[in-house]
Parts: sequence; structure tokens; C-alpha cells
Amino acid sequence: MTGDALPAGVSFWTAAAMIAAVSITSTAGEVLTAAAMKSIGDLDDIRAQSGIKGAIRAVLTCPLFFAGVSFLAIAFFALLFALNHLNLSLAAPASASLTLVTNAIAAKLFLHENVDRRRWTAALLVCIGVYLLAH
Amino acid sequence: MSHPRLKPGQYLILALVALCAPLGDSCLARGMSELPAISLAHPLVLLAAVFTPWIAAGIALLIAFFACYLTALSWADLTYVLPTTAFGYVLIALLGRFWLHEYVSPYRWAGILLITLGVGFVARGPSRTENPDRGESSASGQSTKELAG
Repeated sequence: MTGDALPAGVSFWTAAAMIAAVSITSTAGEVLTAAAMKSIGDLDDIRAQSGIKGAIRAVLTCPLFFAGVSFLAIAFFALLFALNHLNLSLAAPASASLTLVTNAIAAKLFLHENVDRRRWTAALLVCIGVYLLAH
Repeated sequence: MSHPRLKPGQYLILALVALCAPLGDSCLARGMSELPAISLAHPLVLLAAVFTPWIAAGIALLIAFFACYLTALSWADLTYVLPTTAFGYVLIALLGRFWLHEYVSPYRWAGILLITLGVGFVARGPSRTENPDRGESSASGQSTKELAG
């Protein structure tokens, strides 16, 4: 990141903290939502047994789901705050691509997913790809 | 429950995840650009904006995205579903190039190539894995059981 990419009055560390805040809250939201859906089970099976209302009820009665959505809402406002201080071309791709990597780490640590070499490679390729796409 | 191979309906859900989010964002952007500048002093104008056709379509598409995303997370790993959402950026760039005839820079083509490669890598693997330490069933766990049986 060069000094030219930052608006006047915003230091590198301030920008990094804003982008990190978006990534951390977004990752917390994604992981909690994924944990909620894993705990609920296959929605297709639930819908086949209890209909669409049963599937909606299963999601809306899961506390983890609301915790996840709350963090996703905080991540949204953190992104708005970052966009208020940083350039769109920096904040949006940097936070989106960093979130992909933090999600892979969090999925391995908290969801116990088997993030093997294939998935690490994919996360890094998509991360760089998202950043390039914004330029 | 493990799903070593996805069913056609599940691939359709993943395709909708990739399509609905960027299309919804585009509808919102189109709808908001047609409105005059909205001031925080008049928040009711923002509420009225929800009922304009483009913004209503955008919200409907984003709700459809979230429903499909939650469904996908109920039978696939987060690290399997997330690259699919990123593939939406590729679809938007390709739509911009071939439908709207926008210029796509070499950097963007490189980004499209990398995301497509990344999604291809993940798609070739299992959709659901769990840590064997937790003693849960998984794609690899099922193979072990089959071998033991």
C-alpha cells in the first residue's frame, strides 16, 4: 500500500485498522452463520419433511443465526465507516480479499473444516483475483 | 450427513448464490442512480425509494441470495461456498464486457482468471468436510467407513 492510495490525513495504520475491523466482524458473522446452518442440518431435508415454513422456523429459532446476522450488520456499518474515510478502490477490494483469507483460517479453527492445500490455494487465488478485479 | 457429490439442485443453488448477489447489487445501484441525492434530513425519501421498481427488484434478489446462501451453508462448508460468492464478481465483469461493451483492463482479466481457477480448485474437492477429531461423519469419514466395512 503506498501513501498515494490513502486520502490526506489518514495514516497507514488507521486505514489498516479500518480494513481489519471490516474483515474481523465480517468473518465473525460468516462463521457464526455457517455454524448456525451446520447445527440446523440440511435445509433441503427439513423442507422435504416440514415444508418451507418448517425450514424458515428452523432458521429463525436458532440463536447462532441471529448472532451471525448481527455481526454481518456490524460489518456492513464498519464498511460504510471505512468508505467514509478511505477510497472505494482501496477499502472494498482490500476488505473483501482479506476476509476470504480470515474466513479460511476461522473455518479451520472454529468450524473444524478440513482446509487442505487445495482450499488454501483457492482462497489465495480468489483473494488476489478480487483485488485485481477492482483495478 | 455427508454430501461427497452435489446433486443437480444443489449446483443450481450455488449458481443462484453467484448470480443473485451481483444482480441485486446492480439493480440497487441502477435504482439509486435514478433518484435525486438523498439527504439525511429527509429519511422518508429513502423509505419511498424501497418501492421503486429497480430497488424493489434489487432487494428481492438480495433476499433470494441470502436464502440460497443459507441453504448452501446447510450442506456445504463455508470454505466451499465463499469462492462461489466471489465468482459473482467474474459474472458481472463478463456481463459488463460482452453485454454493455465496457472496457475490461488486463488487471481485471487476470483477476477473472485467478477467481475462476480458485473456484475450479474448490469445486473439484468435497463440498463438506469435518475434523475427524470430532468424530463426525464427513466425506473422508464415509470413505473410511466404507473401507472398514
